Amino acid sequence: MPATESIVEFDDVTKRFGETWALKNVSLTLKAGETRIILGAAGSGKTTLLKAVIGLVPVDSGHVRLFNQDVTQMGEHDMYELRSKAGFLFQEGGLFDSLDIGENVEYPLSNQKLAHDASDEEIERRAREALRFVELEQTFTKFPSEVSGGMRRRVGIARAIVTEPPLVLYDSPTAGLDPITANTIMAVIAKERDTRNTAALIVTHRYQDGELMANFRYDPKNDEMIRVPEDEHADAQRARTKFMVMREGSVVFLGTRVDLERSTDAYVKRFCKH
Amino acid sequence: MLDFLKQPVASFQDFLFLAGRSVANIFRAPHYYSDVFTQMDVIGVGSLPIVLLTGFFSGGIIALQMARALNTYGAGSQVGAIVSITLIRELGPVLTALLVAGRNASGMASELGSMKVSEQIDAMRALGTDPSQKLVTPRLTATALMLPLLTVLADVLGLFGAYLVSVPLLSLVTGTEYWSTSWRALVYNDLLQGLMKPFLFGVIISLVGCYYGLNTTGGTQGVGRATTQAVVTASIWIFLTTFLIDKVFVS
Repeated sequence: MPATESIVEFDDVTKRFGETWALKNVSLTLKAGETRIILGAAGSGKTTLLKAVIGLVPVDSGHVRLFNQDVTQMGEHDMYELRSKAGFLFQEGGLFDSLDIGENVEYPLSNQKLAHDASDEEIERRAREALRFVELEQTFTKFPSEVSGGMRRRVGIARAIVTEPPLVLYDSPTAGLDPITANTIMAVIAKERDTRNTAALIVTHRYQDGELMANFRYDPKNDEMIRVPEDEHADAQRARTKFMVMREGSVVFLGTRVDLERSTDAYVKRFCKH
Repeated sequence: MLDFLKQPVASFQDFLFLAGRSVANIFRAPHYYSDVFTQMDVIGVGSLPIVLLTGFFSGGIIALQMARALNTYGAGSQVGAIVSITLIRELGPVLTALLVAGRNASGMASELGSMKVSEQIDAMRALGTDPSQKLVTPRLTATALMLPLLTVLADVLGLFGAYLVSVPLLSLVTGTEYWSTSWRALVYNDLLQGLMKPFLFGVIISLVGCYYGLNTTGGTQGVGRATTQAVVTASIWIFLTTFLIDKVFVS
């Protein structure tokens, strides 16, 4: 896929829940390899935006294009194949309680198996690999209720990336977690971006999450996060990581981290405190 | 002016869509057979003790209550006929369905409701599985198949309960007389009614339970609300349906 091709495209999208605007004339474009941090107050439409990308929430008007296919014109069953190209991390992980962690991570693969033919061993191998990526291979046979909240999110990430999708959508990956656990999770997300060059939409309340995505990169040699050295490379990464602020369904800010910090708007400024 | 009708009509339309999809799913792949068997176990085997107990006592109670009235007219020997007609046509199916509605419509609503509020339903859709196919259709198939079987067992236990009351306890009739009157009282139509009703009730219970579960909003409080609504609505529909069927069959 050429780097300039847009993966997600919103064209004047509107969605209302009763009297509340969840999305109000939202337009956005996300290209391959780009990261977009979506900030905003609770109830400003961030989750709705994320769910509209893969058609989980039907929009009232406008067009949503995912990999150049118009999601708003598709039926639920037609969307299944398209959705397999986008990983989704739900707010609390969204893991199936009735399945153990191994089965949860295998689910996207074994579900696709109904169409494609992969052996059980191959599926298990890939599921273990995805769990190893989030450093939780030892929990393979445990149930979601037996592990901590932070671990559940990491399992959720493993499940989202097990099919190696070119786009991953993260819904509040760090909400309600302590700063240390939150940083571990953001490190996993950055590692995923840097090892596979995936595009990502990240909904979050924490400015630090976006700051980490913009200024740090994964170093595979030492398996750690390092601050990007000041060179042209750093500028490129920062340019690829854009921030977006939402308010009552509208996009009120779009720009880089530097633009965000320079913003004079009182509402926007609330989201760039250190 | 008709605004207040909009909401219920829209909900009913959604319900019919869900019902249509779930029935159509029976005839299209993928099929989740293991889920069907799990649900059959939960609904059928799980409800067995309470259904048998209720069947047994309702038979016994009908016999006790009828004994006095029948004796007044010197018709004590007809107790078997009364019990078998009331039980097989009406009380067996309705009582069993109400019990299963209480047990399983609530169970389905709360299970699916919890899945809805913890975004597991969305996750399922995001991972390319149709929740109506994976969750609703197995419950629909299992309930529609198990409820007639449970009803038959409840009927049998009810007849046995009534036998214990009328023969050894009250000595209204002899054992042979009891069984032969209760057998002869039945016509083909009664059996048809007695089996068709639980089948329809099974469809209603599972669809209502799943509908309320899948439409849960508002966190854990919403799950509680969905559960209550599912049981109440399913019970109302059971009474309405049995009334309509009786109206058709009697006239």
